[in-house]
Amino acid sequence: MNGILDFAIGFAQLCFVLAMAFAAIRVLRGPRAQDRILALDTFYVNGMMTLLALGIRSGSTMYFDVALLIALFGFVGSIALSKFLLRGEAIEP
Amino acid sequence: MSRSLVLAVILLLPFVGSLCAAMLPRNARNGAATLAGAFALATAVLAATLYGDVSDGGVVRAGLAWLPQWGLSLSLRLDGLAWVFTLLVSGVGTLVVFYARYYMSPADPVPRFFSFLLAFMGAMLGIVLSGNLIQLAVFWELTSFTSFMLIAYWYHRGEARRGAGMSLTVTAAGGLCLLAAVLLIGEIVGSYELDDLLAAGDTVRTHAWYPTLLVLLLIGAFTKSAQFPFHFWLPHAMAAPTPVSAYLHSATMVKAGVFLLARLWPVLSGTDLWFTLVCGAGLITLLLGAVAALFQRDIKGVLAYSTISHLGLVTLLLGMNSALALIAAVFHMMNHATFKASLFMAAGIVDHESGTRNLKRLGGLAAVMPITATLATVAAAAMAGVPLMNGFLSKEMFFAETIFASANPWLRFGLPSVATLAGVFSVAYSLRLVHRTFFGPMSQNLPREPHDPTRWMLAPSALLVAACLLVGIFPARTIGPFLDGAARAVLGSDMPGYSLAVWHGLTLPLIMSVVALIGGTLLYLLLYRRRDGALAPAPFSKPLDGKRSFDVSMVVLMRTADRLLNTFSTRRLQPQLALIVLAAVAVTTYTIWHQRALAHSIVSTPLNPTFALLWVVGGACAIGAAMQAKFHRLAALIMTGGAGLITCLTFAWFSAPDLALTQVSVEVVTTVLLVLGLRWLPKRLESEEPDRGTWSRARVRRMRDAVLAVIGGTGLAAIAYVIMTRPRTPGIAEYFLTNALPEGGGRNVVNVILVDFRGFDTLGEITVVGIVALAVYKLLRRFRPAPESMPLPRAQLADGDGFSPVPSGDSLPRGTMRVPAVLGRLLLPVAGVISVFFLLRGHNAPGGGFVGGLVLATGFIVQYMVSGTLWIESRMNIHPQYAIALGLLCAAGAGVAAWLLPGNFLTSLEWHAALPLLGEVHLSSTLLFDLGVYLLVVGGSTLILIALAHQSLRSYRRPVETSSTHVRPAAPGEGSQ
Repeated sequence: MNGILDFAIGFAQLCFVLAMAFAAIRVLRGPRAQDRILALDTFYVNGMMTLLALGIRSGSTMYFDVALLIALFGFVGSIALSKFLLRGEAIEP
Repeated sequence: MSRSLVLAVILLLPFVGSLCAAMLPRNARNGAATLAGAFALATAVLAATLYGDVSDGGVVRAGLAWLPQWGLSLSLRLDGLAWVFTLLVSGVGTLVVFYARYYMSPADPVPRFFSFLLAFMGAMLGIVLSGNLIQLAVFWELTSFTSFMLIAYWYHRGEARRGAGMSLTVTAAGGLCLLAAVLLIGEIVGSYELDDLLAAGDTVRTHAWYPTLLVLLLIGAFTKSAQFPFHFWLPHAMAAPTPVSAYLHSATMVKAGVFLLARLWPVLSGTDLWFTLVCGAGLITLLLGAVAALFQRDIKGVLAYSTISHLGLVTLLLGMNSALALIAAVFHMMNHATFKASLFMAAGIVDHESGTRNLKRLGGLAAVMPITATLATVAAAAMAGVPLMNGFLSKEMFFAETIFASANPWLRFGLPSVATLAGVFSVAYSLRLVHRTFFGPMSQNLPREPHDPTRWMLAPSALLVAACLLVGIFPARTIGPFLDGAARAVLGSDMPGYSLAVWHGLTLPLIMSVVALIGGTLLYLLLYRRRDGALAPAPFSKPLDGKRSFDVSMVVLMRTADRLLNTFSTRRLQPQLALIVLAAVAVTTYTIWHQRALAHSIVSTPLNPTFALLWVVGGACAIGAAMQAKFHRLAALIMTGGAGLITCLTFAWFSAPDLALTQVSVEVVTTVLLVLGLRWLPKRLESEEPDRGTWSRARVRRMRDAVLAVIGGTGLAAIAYVIMTRPRTPGIAEYFLTNALPEGGGRNVVNVILVDFRGFDTLGEITVVGIVALAVYKLLRRFRPAPESMPLPRAQLADGDGFSPVPSGDSLPRGTMRVPAVLGRLLLPVAGVISVFFLLRGHNAPGGGFVGGLVLATGFIVQYMVSGTLWIESRMNIHPQYAIALGLLCAAGAGVAAWLLPGNFLTSLEWHAALPLLGEVHLSSTLLFDLGVYLLVVGGSTLILIALAHQSLRSYRRPVETSSTHVRPAAPGEGSQ
C-alpha cells in the first residue's frame, strides 16, 4: 500500500514539475505577453499541486496553508499583470 | 531631597524648561520669559542650597551606571569649582532671561529663543557638573550646537548665519579634538571618571602620549575660549541678539575652555610644554585682543575683542604652573563674567534705545540716559582695573604673578612689561568705549530718540554692577569664601596663602596698575586728538585675522570634496553595482583564499530528479529575467514571478512551511508593486542608427558585466554550499528549540523568536517599516512622472472609456473586467478571515502577524485593481497611517505591559482563563505584539501601494467624463492637485 502511494506521489510530482517546465518554456519564449501571463498562471497552479502532493507525502497539513495562499493569490499576480496588459496600468482611477 | 537627587534635578531643570518653552505659541512673550526665568531661578536656588556640602572641600556625586563595563556612566560631580560655575551659569542666566524679556522685540518668536537659551544653560551645566569625561565631551558639543542656534536666531540675516556657521565649525571641530584627547586619557588612566583622572596626574604627565593629548585638549579648550589662533569666530558671533552675547560670550560658553583648563589643571599642568603652549597662546591673545579692541567701531566689537583679551589673561595665568596664578585665574573668570555681562547688557540698551552701536555716530548719551551711562561707566572701570572694583583685584594678582613667573631673565622682565602694556590698552579701550558713547558732543541724527529704558531692563545690569563694587570694596567678606572653596577643589590640600584686600601697601603690582591707568589715559588722549586714527583698522589685524584662513580652508575643503566626488563617483547605476559586486568578490576571495578545507563532506540528501528539474526551471526563469530586464520589462517581471515561486517550493520541499508562507505573500505583493511602478517608468530611448563603435563598446561592457555576474553568483553559491555541508556545531539553535515552549509559550519556534526572544529587534524592524512607508508616501506626494509617461496608456486610448473602471451608478465594471471584479470582491472577506487565522495561530503553527498582514493588504489591493481608486475610496475609508500608528502603539504597549509586573521591557505575560463556552483560553502579551506587527504590515504595504496607485489621479487626468456624479473623497495618498 505504502509502496504504491509513494510511487504515485512521486509520479504525480514529476508530472506537475514537468508541467511547470513546459509552462516555463512558454514564459521564457512567449512570444506574446499574453502567452507569458497565461503560462505564469499555469505555473502557479502546478506549483500549488506540487505542494499538495508534498503534503500528502509528508502527512503534514502545514503545506495546505501554503497551497491555499498560492491558490488565492497566484490569481492576484495574474490579475495585476493582465490588467496592465489590457489597460496599461494595474490600478485605474 | 537627597543631595544626589538635587544635583540631578539641577542638570535636568533647564532641559525640561527648554522643552516646555518650545511648546508655547509663537507670540507667548511674557509666558515664555516667565517660564524660562522661573526655571533658571529654580536652578540657581537649588545650586545655592548645596553650598554647605561643598564649602569645606566636600564633593557631591550622583551617578547612573549605563555601560559600566566600558567605563561609561552618567556621572555628576559637584565640588567647589563646579559650584561657583554652576551658580555663575544659572545666576547670570536668570538675569539674562530677565533682560531678554525687555530686549527682544514683540515680533520675534521668543519661545524659540528661550527654549534654546535654557537648552544651552543645561548643556553648560552639563560641562560644569560632569564627573565623566566622555559625558563632558558630549555636553561640550551640545553647547556648540545650542550656541549655533542662538547666534543664528535671526536667521534671516546673512551675517547671523555666517557667524553661527563659523562658530559652530570652529568650536565643534575643537570638541572633536577634545573627544580624541579624552579617549587618549581614558586609555592611559583606564577610566573616564574625573575622580580617577585627578588621582592619576603623574601617570598622565609622564606618559609618552602626553604631548599629543595635551595639544588635542588645548585645541578643544582654545577654540571654545577664543584663544589665538582660533579667536576669530568670537567677533563674528556678535551677530547674535545681545542677550545671547551677554550670556554666551561673557559668562558661559567662552568660559568653558578655561574652565576645562582649570578643571584638569592638577593633572596636566606643571610641565614645560604646558607652560610654553598655554602661556604662549594666552600672551598673544591678551595683547592681540587688547590692541584690536581699541580700533573697533561697533560697541559689541570692542566688547568681543576685550573678551578675547581677558580670556587670554586667564589662559596666561593658568599656564604659569603656579597655585597662586590659578587662584587669580579663577577669580578673574568670576570678575570678568560680572562686568562683561553687565557691559553687554548696557551695549544692548544703547542699541535698543538709540538704534545704533556705531561708536562713530554715538556720543553724549549720558545727558539723556544717565542711569545706563553710570552703570556702564562703573562696569567699564572694573574692566579697566580701576581700584575699588573687582577687576582691579584680579588684575593686581595677575601683575603680581607675572613678576614671579620665571627665573628666565627674558621672561622676568618681558612678562611684566607685556602685562603692563596689555593693561595700558585695556584702560584705553575701556575709556574709549565709555567716552565715545556717553560723553563728548551730543550725537545727532540717531535712528531713534535715546532715553533710559524701563527700570526692569536696567535691573539685571545694576545687580551685576553692584556685585562688581561689593567684591571690589569688601573682597574678603563677599567673594573670599567662594573663591577659597573653588581653589581648594582644584588644589586640594596644598593651598598657598594669599590675601584678598584692596590695599597691600606700595607694591610693584600697584605701581604697574598705576602705570597702566595713566598710560591708558594718555594713549586714548593721543588717539582721540586724531579722530580718524582711532577708526582705522587695527595694526597687524590683517595677517593675524584667522577669518581669512578659515574662509580659504573652507573653500579648499569644498573644492576638494567636489573634485573627489567628480573623480570617484558616478550617477549611473550600472558602474556602481559593478564596483560593489567587484569589491565584494575581491574581499571575499582574499578572505577565504587560504582556507584549505572548503569542502566538508557530510552526507547530504540524495538527489531527487523531480527536485532537480524544479531547480532547472527556476534557474532558467531567473536567468531569463536577468537577460530580459533591460528590453522587456513585463516579460522579466513574469519570469521573476516564476523564479519566486520555485524559491517558495524549495522552502516547502525542505520542511520550512513558515518561510514558504512568507515567501508566497511577499512574492505577490512585490509583483503588484512592480506592475504599479512599471506604468511610470519612462520609455526606453532607442537611438536611430547605432554605429559600429557603440555596438562593440556595448558588447564589451555586457561581456564584462556577465563575467562579473557569473563569478559573483557562483561564488556566493559555493560559499553557501560550503557552509551548508559543514557538520553542525551546537549553536544558539538548540537553545531556542528547547526553550521556545517552556519560556516563550509557543510551539512555533520561528514566531517565538520573532515576538519574544528577539522581540526588541522586531520592534525596531517594524518601526523601520513604518518609517519607510511614510517616507515613500511623502516622496510620492511630490513626485511628477516623466513627461512621456503622463498621457493615458495606449491600451486605454484604443479601448475608449467603455470598459473599466466602474461607471457611475453601476456596481460592476463592464467588459472584460467584470468576472475578475466579482471574484476579487469575494476575495476580500476570505482574505480577512485567513489573515486573522494566521495571526491568531502564529504562535504555535506557521503564520504570524507578518504573513497575516500581507494577506489582508493583498486583499485591499485587489479591490483597488478591480474597481478603480475612485470607486473604492468613495465607499471605503482606508487609513493606512492610522494602522501604522496603532500597530506601533500595540507593539510598544505589549512591551511596556511587562513593566506592570517586575519584568524587563517586552517580557511576555501570560494569562490562562477558563471561559464558559470556549473552554480554556491562553492569552499572551505576545499576541498583542504580533497584532502590532500585523497592523503595521497592513498599513505599511497598503500605504505604499495606494500612494503609487494615486499617481494616476494627478492633474492631467480628467475624472469628469466617466464619473460626473462622483465626487472624489479626501484620499489618504493624495497631495495637492
